[in-house]
Amino acid sequence: MNKYKAELMVGVFVLLTIGALLLLALKVANQTMATQSDTYTLYAKFDNIGGLKERSAVKVGGVTIGRVNSISLDKKDYTPVVELSILNKYKEFPETSSVSILTSGLLGEQYVGFQPGFSFDGIANLQDGDYLQDTKSALVLEDLIGQFLFSRGKDEE
Amino acid sequence: MNPIQSLGAGAISQVASIGRAGVMLFGAIFAIPRLKNVPLTLQQMFVVGVQSLLIIVVSGLFIGMVMALQGYTILVDYGAEGSLGPMVALSLLRELGPVVTALLFAGRAGSALTAEIGLMKATEQLSSLEMMAVDPLRRVVAPRFWAGFISMPMLALIFSSVGILGGHLVGVDWLGVDAGSYWSLMQSSVEFGSDIGNGIIKSLVFALVVTWIAIFRGYDCTPTSEGISKATTQTVVYSSLAVLGLDFILTALMFGIE
Repeated sequence: MNKYKAELMVGVFVLLTIGALLLLALKVANQTMATQSDTYTLYAKFDNIGGLKERSAVKVGGVTIGRVNSISLDKKDYTPVVELSILNKYKEFPETSSVSILTSGLLGEQYVGFQPGFSFDGIANLQDGDYLQDTKSALVLEDLIGQFLFSRGKDEE
Repeated sequence: MNPIQSLGAGAISQVASIGRAGVMLFGAIFAIPRLKNVPLTLQQMFVVGVQSLLIIVVSGLFIGMVMALQGYTILVDYGAEGSLGPMVALSLLRELGPVVTALLFAGRAGSALTAEIGLMKATEQLSSLEMMAVDPLRRVVAPRFWAGFISMPMLALIFSSVGILGGHLVGVDWLGVDAGSYWSLMQSSVEFGSDIGNGIIKSLVFALVVTWIAIFRGYDCTPTSEGISKATTQTVVYSSLAVLGLDFILTALMFGIE
């Protein structure tokens, strides 16, 4: 009887652990999103990516459509290349679309803002592996302050 | 004996005890595994794992709640209270889960293991087993080692989950942080492999060290009532120090340099 009770309680213990692991995997780390098969890849070159990190979100008007997969430096012209994994259900973006690096809130994390362009005749849709041509870099606060001070100095002369 | 002699004698006896610990662990782990010992391991998992659940769950809940409370008062000044989720989750998964679980485990289960095995030695139960041609390493030590080694990572996972839920309770339900940003910012900053996985690796290392120290201190104690009390104290002190020291090394290896 006592032995049976011990086995039962160890079983409950194991189930609790599996529950905890599932909670951590699904709810905390969000493993379900973006398995490789249901995404396609786009590339974008920026002058400056600021504080963008791998797994940062890619958003259209606040809706997350994908994530930053990897960030590397182009070997020829030394500019950062960002690889974006976009969900397959958001596929029909025209080639005139543009991306910029934005910040959520004053101190928030940075994400990639994606603006779908207009599509008219002769403009194809973005395909897997395409480069986005129209990119806007991250706003670097130090540069902004530098420009501001510089322009003030000019005004006073 | 002059001071230099006693220093040398102390060093030699320390090295010898490390050697005995290694031999004991080797004998307990690499003895030919027998299916007969599985029920014994299960029984020990009940003692060291299930009976530690209460203290783990309660401390996890309160640590999560306290972190949410402290984090909120600081983060709200910057309007960044949405970052409460990542803060609570990352500090629990990377550090507090494995470390606090190991410290509690050393106090709750490690000391009990030492005292039990020490008393078995003092009352010559271990010698009687040997007289009956039963290897006490296999029969007594190995099930306890495996039970501790398996149970502690499980307890650490439960600790972290309960802590995150506790943080949710205080941060979202009482202080009014938005539930959506609590979970979604947590999801975007917690990585399964590098945060949860490394946390599990950490707690496996701590489980090995704490259980090993606990069992060896009991197995190697002076078989008197005074010796058992000394061994139990040593278990808690040594394993706490080992856990904290190893935690620094493991953190430096895992999260230090990209």
